[in-house]
Amino acid sequence: MRGTQQAAKKHDVSVVLCGQAGQGVQTVEHLVTRILKAAGYHVFATKEYMSRVRGGANSTTIRVCGRRVAAPVSRMDILVPLNKGAVAHVAERLSPETVLVGEREVVGDDDVESQRFLAVPFTQIASDIGGKIYSNVVAVGAIAGLLGLDLDAVVAYVRRFFAKKTDDIVANNVKAVQAGYDAVGRLDVPDGLKLTFKPSPKVADEMLLSGAEAVGLGAIAGGCNFVSSYPMSPSTNVLTFLAQHGLEQGVLAEQAEDEIAAINMAIGAAYAGARALVTTSGGGFALMTEGVSLAGMLECPVVIHLAQRPGPATGLPTRTEQADLELALYAGHGEFPRILFAPGTLEQAFYLTQRAFNLADKYQVPAFILTDEYLIDSYYNFKGFDLSKTKAERHIVKTTRDYRRYKLTKNGISPRGIPGYGEGLVAVDSDEHDEEGHITEDLNVRVAMVDKRLAKGEALRKDVVRPELIGPKNYKRLVICWGSTYHIVQEALAEMGRTDTAMLHYSQVYPLHPSTADLIRKARRTVVVEGNATGQFRKLIRLHAGVDVDEALVKYDGLGFTVEDVVEGLTEIISR
Amino acid sequence: MATDVFEMGDIDIAWCPGCGNYPILKTLKETLTELAIDPKQLVMVSGIGQAAKIPHYLKCHFFNGLHGRALPPATAIKAVNPKLTVIAESGDGDMYGEGGNHFIHCIRRNPDITNIVHDNMVYGLTKGQASPTSRRGFKTPVQVAGVILEPFNPLAVAIALDASFVARANAGDREQTREILKRAIRHKGYALVDIFQPCVTFNKLNTYQWFKDHVYYLDDSHDPSDRIAAFAKATETDRLPLGVFYVNPKSSFEENTQMYRDDPRPLWERDVDAGKLAALIETFRRAG
Repeated sequence: MRGTQQAAKKHDVSVVLCGQAGQGVQTVEHLVTRILKAAGYHVFATKEYMSRVRGGANSTTIRVCGRRVAAPVSRMDILVPLNKGAVAHVAERLSPETVLVGEREVVGDDDVESQRFLAVPFTQIASDIGGKIYSNVVAVGAIAGLLGLDLDAVVAYVRRFFAKKTDDIVANNVKAVQAGYDAVGRLDVPDGLKLTFKPSPKVADEMLLSGAEAVGLGAIAGGCNFVSSYPMSPSTNVLTFLAQHGLEQGVLAEQAEDEIAAINMAIGAAYAGARALVTTSGGGFALMTEGVSLAGMLECPVVIHLAQRPGPATGLPTRTEQADLELALYAGHGEFPRILFAPGTLEQAFYLTQRAFNLADKYQVPAFILTDEYLIDSYYNFKGFDLSKTKAERHIVKTTRDYRRYKLTKNGISPRGIPGYGEGLVAVDSDEHDEEGHITEDLNVRVAMVDKRLAKGEALRKDVVRPELIGPKNYKRLVICWGSTYHIVQEALAEMGRTDTAMLHYSQVYPLHPSTADLIRKARRTVVVEGNATGQFRKLIRLHAGVDVDEALVKYDGLGFTVEDVVEGLTEIISR
Repeated sequence: MATDVFEMGDIDIAWCPGCGNYPILKTLKETLTELAIDPKQLVMVSGIGQAAKIPHYLKCHFFNGLHGRALPPATAIKAVNPKLTVIAESGDGDMYGEGGNHFIHCIRRNPDITNIVHDNMVYGLTKGQASPTSRRGFKTPVQVAGVILEPFNPLAVAIALDASFVARANAGDREQTREILKRAIRHKGYALVDIFQPCVTFNKLNTYQWFKDHVYYLDDSHDPSDRIAAFAKATETDRLPLGVFYVNPKSSFEENTQMYRDDPRPLWERDVDAGKLAALIETFRRAG
């Protein structure tokens, strides 16, 4: 069963917007998702876009549901093409059930003949109102009409959104959204699109934000007060967010001349007592790897947000992949401990980023937040963050005259002083150093210092996040995933409805939680779902937990998994 | 001059006997003493190389980081705690070669730090290859037919970038060097002091005597606020001018970040403002 029938049955409608870069797809997406949430509907949105500023074809998938929703589907119940070529761009996702809404000349002859085409001349309507610029808002009105939203509420939201503009502009946008809404009202709209399920006023009060914003807020909650980075998709949104709120939240945000400067600045800032972050992607992170090694050697706490995108080299700059796990795991020459988080939800993106700052500080190690373009650019509504569960835990000591920065201790953690606080001197050196931080070639000291650094790697295992088991406790099959695929795999398994299958999600991928081997051995068959070609997490499990995962469902086309991808992939694997 | 507070006592120094780094170290300690800088408020930042070992040889906080990367951490240290005196000091290969991009952008950023560069026109620690400031024709085990690249001109580049303070000194002349360093450290904003430093092991061309014969001091007729004149002086090659070439007072990076406008505390003393964070989070509830 596909398309609108399914949508009606499941109280689940997907709306896809597609247009050129610079055409305002994002404005439509922003308005539609906010209007839906304000009306009390659960909403999810994600986008795929090209690495260009104008032209091409970008699309956004919005889901509106009667229950919580946080994963993309391939299915399109409503397609709103905004330029010629848009339909072709998403052609693989078209089904006979897909309702196309838009302009005849944009949709193209083949599809205009379809019974499921609803002609709404966005541009003509907009021009009549006062200019083509209003056509996006006409489209918003049309979508609101198709979904049967309350027009007054829609208009009220549009007024609020454009409140800072001139009265004329506000009036024209109101006219535009009304006109789009009315245009659909005059058409014979297929059954099943109108939202018949009841909205919840509680949803209207929930939060709606993106992965980038969740990471940024988590950083602030973790005490981040310094971020230095070089713009690189898709990590830039975190830098932008922190820069925009920097003065108000006490975060010094600096755009560095390159990624090498960025991480060396962050380490310098951390040395002087700041809570420092870098946010980067792909090749930008590759440039930082010497700095990662420096953080390991100096034992400087630094948090690295690595928003993964497909490589090698420049790869697909604006698309998604989970293929930098091994890079993050091994980045930097020499041997030193590290922590790798991979949030699967917006809540985890917030809490784990916050936690990364605390653990980096506690163990004086680099801590990673591994996200990807999909998580960074996706958003959905949820209850919110509980700030009483967060705290910026500090581990800085006031130094005494005899202070030694690298004092040997049992767990490898030397009390961390900073310059200008206390009577001692704080000396750090990228060369092998003695307890005072002075360069040394005493090979006994060398061994002691390696042992000390690695001891911290053992100590931090006490703070490893347990993987989340979802589904039957007495599972026979286990689907393992990590990072951003949490909700996608969860929804796929719910849809498959297998009572013998559970999901195991890792939001910390290194070190692995010690329960890993037992959890995997308990299953008769195991499969890992991950967004790369070589099964990097599967390899990591084999190496660090000593168990083999039987199968891997991988995807590396740059688009990431949809619920259908996982259902089809797992069904095929299970049927073997 | 008694420089006791900076003295390390009997330590093993990794420089060759007669190295030009010794007079620079001694002059630096004297300068810091004269300026009454407290070692507990001084952070020396260096990269890698023979010159970059200097922080190990005087009492201070230090950050001896990666090759070429002294300026980014120095900038950040000053930015997160402006109460500290920050000196970034390394050799010419470190600052102008590996760290060339940071050199350019640090000048643009203008943190209130002093950037001392030991300019010996050769790579010492890696044993005698050309450095960015090696003269054309200088023969090395790698540049076997002599250097064929134009030498990097740090002063001209710094003046072109409208650096806040640009000077050159000669390690062999400690008295004048001390006066130049004093002005540089006192100066608010980025201050470059390129110091000619003989390398007695690998550079048989640019020796103590060679520098003595090829330099002269800028006199009172030079106006350090005149950028064009400063640039012209920086491009002289026959005899190499020493002294303060250019001074352009302007607000520092730390000031420009606005982080200390309402709150003089260094960042480590500040806590998360839970109220402000909660207010920001609330904005994501109200559709906007």
